Amino acid sequence: MSEELAIDVKGMTKRFGTRTVVNKIDLQVRRGEIYGFLGPNGSGKTTFIRMLCGLLKADEGSGTCLGFDVIKQSEEIKKQVGYMTQRFSFYEDLSIRENLDFVARMYGVKKREETVNASIKRLGLAGREQQLAGQLSGGWKQRLALAACLIHEPKLLLLDEPTAGVDPKARRDFWEQIHQLAAEGLTFLITTHYMDEAERCHRLAYIAYGNLLTRGTVQEVIDSAHLTTWSVKGGDLVKLAGELRGKPGVHQAVAFGTMLHVSGGDEKALEQAIAPFRNDHEWMHIRPGLEDVFIHLMDQSKDNFAAE
Amino acid sequence: MNRYFSITRFLAIIIKEFIQMRRDRVTFGMMVGIPLLQLLLFGFAINSDPKHLPAAVLMNDQGPQARTLLSAIRNSGYYEFVQQVHSEDEAREVLEHGEVQFVITIPQDFSRDLLRGDKPTLLIEADATDPAATSNAINIMRPLLTTALMNDFKGPLAYLAQSEAPIDLRIHALYNPEAVTQYNIVPGLMGVVLTMTMVMITALAITRERERGTMENLLSMPTRPFEVLLGKIIPYMFVGYIQVTLILIAAHFLFHVPMIGNLGLLFAAAFVFIAANLAVGITFSTLATNQLQAVQGSFFFFLPSLLLSGFMFPFRGMPQWAQNIGEVLPLTHFLRIVRGVLLKGNDFADISLQLWQIGLFAIIALVIGVFRYRQTLD
Ligand SMILES: Nc1ncnc2c1ncn2[C@@H]1O[C@H](COP(=O)(O)OP(=O)(O)O)[C@@H](O)[C@H]1O
Ligand SMILES: [Mg+2]
Repeated sequence: MSEELAIDVKGMTKRFGTRTVVNKIDLQVRRGEIYGFLGPNGSGKTTFIRMLCGLLKADEGSGTCLGFDVIKQSEEIKKQVGYMTQRFSFYEDLSIRENLDFVARMYGVKKREETVNASIKRLGLAGREQQLAGQLSGGWKQRLALAACLIHEPKLLLLDEPTAGVDPKARRDFWEQIHQLAAEGLTFLITTHYMDEAERCHRLAYIAYGNLLTRGTVQEVIDSAHLTTWSVKGGDLVKLAGELRGKPGVHQAVAFGTMLHVSGGDEKALEQAIAPFRNDHEWMHIRPGLEDVFIHLMDQSKDNFAAE
Repeated sequence: MNRYFSITRFLAIIIKEFIQMRRDRVTFGMMVGIPLLQLLLFGFAINSDPKHLPAAVLMNDQGPQARTLLSAIRNSGYYEFVQQVHSEDEAREVLEHGEVQFVITIPQDFSRDLLRGDKPTLLIEADATDPAATSNAINIMRPLLTTALMNDFKGPLAYLAQSEAPIDLRIHALYNPEAVTQYNIVPGLMGVVLTMTMVMITALAITRERERGTMENLLSMPTRPFEVLLGKIIPYMFVGYIQVTLILIAAHFLFHVPMIGNLGLLFAAAFVFIAANLAVGITFSTLATNQLQAVQGSFFFFLPSLLLSGFMFPFRGMPQWAQNIGEVLPLTHFLRIVRGVLLKGNDFADISLQLWQIGLFAIIALVIGVFRYRQTLD
């Protein structure tokens, strides 16, 4: 057991029937860290998080969460973890205050009224506390859910796609709050689909089809992919993409707005492949972004699975 | 906080359930509406022709005519002699406890008096709480008596055959002397309504959380099965008591059902019965994967309760296997309690055995529920 690690698990595996949904995932998250968990839909992120807080029994795996055995001590873990589910799962027929009261009681929070009042105030929900949770908009629901998760002062927050369906301003406020809380010592494991959010994490992991493909800081993740990327502008980019795809050396040709990102693992081969088109378009050698890398990883793992 | 049971968390769930119940107007309205509707629907009687009703004999005469008479009564098929009693008091006691439906008393010197033409008395005391159960058995007695002794009244005794009624038959319909069916149906309805609504409402309690997705949240909190299950049961106890009160009021003012016994005792007994039904519902809730299954499950429980408890058909008139099933069901015992307290004036000692059986059922149901309650989403 390490004092620095909030989450330290090895070989976490979950099967539903014969399908392996989470496959031998190792994960270490330091205390006070914001850890991003990325991957396409259905890759097993939610399942993994549920195993961490004892909502699903892991078929294999071991380790600790906040120093407690992740398999045997889920009761202890639950007391110190805040889990924000992917889908809003507070009571829609209870008001904001009633929901917070309920959660505070469930965790046996001392000075409940004070805590609930403070929470309502801090989250800017004052004045709306009698409103039914079911009548709130997506952004407000998300705020309420976060407030409820924080009420028992957890040490670790597991947030499952907390910003899905939330407008950009609310998202920005949300991330500011996350960073502030992390600075106060809270640890976060956050799943997301947004690249800008991924870049705001201290470290991240990418999983696809239940397998952990890469992890590290944004820089480490990008570097370890060993990807060369060209950005192309001008001319008929749709036609160009079609012609490039499938050529040796070209792993992917992905449209980004008015530009096309052409990437490959082998720098020389890629240059040869694009040589015939160099004059018709504007080419620029760029540093690959997270998105390029993730698309690359996903395609690769798809190929791996197809090969199996 | 205690590792296995925390009052605070238990309270949290009770409060939450209360608020949700209050907001769910439709369900709440149904809980109050169903009893009233059923009361009106069941205002009419349900009849049948039950046989082999348990009877006790108080035999004060061993003469041959007395024996002939008894075997004729037995051969009619309506009476099953299950017990011999030896005194008036004992006779009254077995009747009051519902061990038998009839007590037949053959007086001293019955045979002698008969032969002398002194018209001895044959006394039949019937528990007429449920008139449907006893009326046919009583009605056949008179024709039975005249034919039964015909064989004996031959040769030197032929003169007896001439007299119109050699025996003075007296029938005492106890507890419900005017044989008003509503007296039986209306108190019974209390148990039926509670069984239906209490089981159904809690059967939905956990499946609803699961379908709405709130279960995931609930399970992510450090809570224990007992807290959740009991916390969901308690608020509905109040609804149950509203129903009991409504039906008692209707029984009194609409149907003029006599209320001889102690109403406080009845309310106390209702506690155990309501708890038993809620426990059944909550256990169904842990077994079902969706709300439809939960509702089906509660009907699966409700139908045998309705049919085999003695509400629809007189209990003693059912075949033995049906009675065996009926004996397990809480409604069967509660019907006896309600009728016993209201119509017979039973006291605690009289109903304690029935109460015990309901309580045992409740505990078993709840234990199954606790074991079946899944603390994970698997
Ligand atoms: N309870 C379950 N039973 C069977 N399959 C499940 C269950 N929960 C999730 N899955 C499957 O596991 C896979 C991973 O799901 P999930 O963990 O929700 O992925 P993500 O959160 O990354 O989108 C999906 O294909 C999903 O259909
Ligand atoms: Mg998910």
